[in-house]
Amino acid sequence: MKRNESYDEFIKGIWRDNPVFAQVLGMCPMLAVTNSAVNAIAMGGATFFVLVGSSFLVSTFRNIIPKQVRISCFIIIIATFVTIADYTLLALVPGVHKELGAFIPLIVANCLILGRQEAFASRYPTRLAVMDALGMATGFLIALFSLGAVREILGDGALFGVKLFGENFEPWIIMILPPGGFLTLGVILLFFNWFKYKKDEFLADVADAERSSR
Amino acid sequence: MTAARQDVAPPSALRLILTLAIAGLLSGIAIIGIYESTLPTITANKARELREAVFKVLPGVTSMQALVHRDGALVVVPEPGKDEPVVYGGYDEQGEFVGFAMPGAGPGFQDTIALLYGYRPSEQIVVGMEILASRETPGLGDKIYKDAVWVAGFSALSVDPEIVAVKKGTAAAANEIDAITGATISSKAVVRIINETHAAWRERLPESGAEPALVENGDSQ
Repeated sequence: MKRNESYDEFIKGIWRDNPVFAQVLGMCPMLAVTNSAVNAIAMGGATFFVLVGSSFLVSTFRNIIPKQVRISCFIIIIATFVTIADYTLLALVPGVHKELGAFIPLIVANCLILGRQEAFASRYPTRLAVMDALGMATGFLIALFSLGAVREILGDGALFGVKLFGENFEPWIIMILPPGGFLTLGVILLFFNWFKYKKDEFLADVADAERSSR
Repeated sequence: MTAARQDVAPPSALRLILTLAIAGLLSGIAIIGIYESTLPTITANKARELREAVFKVLPGVTSMQALVHRDGALVVVPEPGKDEPVVYGGYDEQGEFVGFAMPGAGPGFQDTIALLYGYRPSEQIVVGMEILASRETPGLGDKIYKDAVWVAGFSALSVDPEIVAVKKGTAAAANEIDAITGATISSKAVVRIINETHAAWRERLPESGAEPALVENGDSQ
């Protein structure tokens, strides 16, 4: 039972409550830095680190932090992890850090992270909070990567900088410009919602069939 | 699920202050720790990037040193001041002066473009150009560093009287370069930055042949 519970907290972030496709949170990095797969993964990785680290600390200290100052404490914790991620990226991968620019410090303001602290980590035991953060962060990473991959393939004819289509491919430049982010996200959201709609319809059909057969 | 917490008396103001103070203190320690531990790598990365850029814009150069303009002359400084304009002298294997690597920056299409160009004073020509930082439009303006033909155009470009960007295919004189189709603003910005940097330094550079010699224990490799 216990194992199922933490598994459920993990899996919900990836699909049912995916932070981007279902909750539509964290749109700023989602649209801004997904112009290539590498940028998307670096951003997803940094957010992953910040979200899991913050959720762990917030959940561990949830009974010590007075609720009157909880938001300030969450922000201090999140900002510390963001600074650590910022300097680490700058030291290890200066090229990627240059591309992401101001969007790494802006992770502090990602509503996904503060939202998880307030809605989940500050109310649940550490183990569940970490599972929830892992799931949400993975879901966010997958969403960033799917956008980044689509945009890089169409807009640059490449994936991870490797050319896919040869010399004759005319890159679809709009896809790596800001409008491409909106177009890609719109199509993916459309698919996600269509799938959910179809699934609900199917479940309703099954329920109907069961009722009439009884 | 945890049991709902019973809120008794509200915590004292002292407790609130202490909580935030301790959180801030721990956060400060963590941030200073990561800053101190990554600083050497970051500084080394920046120095390596600069060195690679200088060697790229000045073909044949194997060592370099930073130069600043003080009291009417160029002097060698191991550690230039933070806001002091700097140029880099490039020297070949025999320690002979080859040219200056001049950093310049100015407005591009979207944001500041920072670049470095190699200048050989004996012939008054630009011998190389490298974009250090730019946020030009991907696919269009970013050709100022992705278009190999354009970058190669800076390998022997006269700055006398100044560089002129002309329509593609019409460059004829020694001081003319073909602008990039679709990136006219960005390519003109690059040319303007070089011209402005050159104009600002023209009077401050020593006469050809009188450049500062390479300081042996300086920034050589």
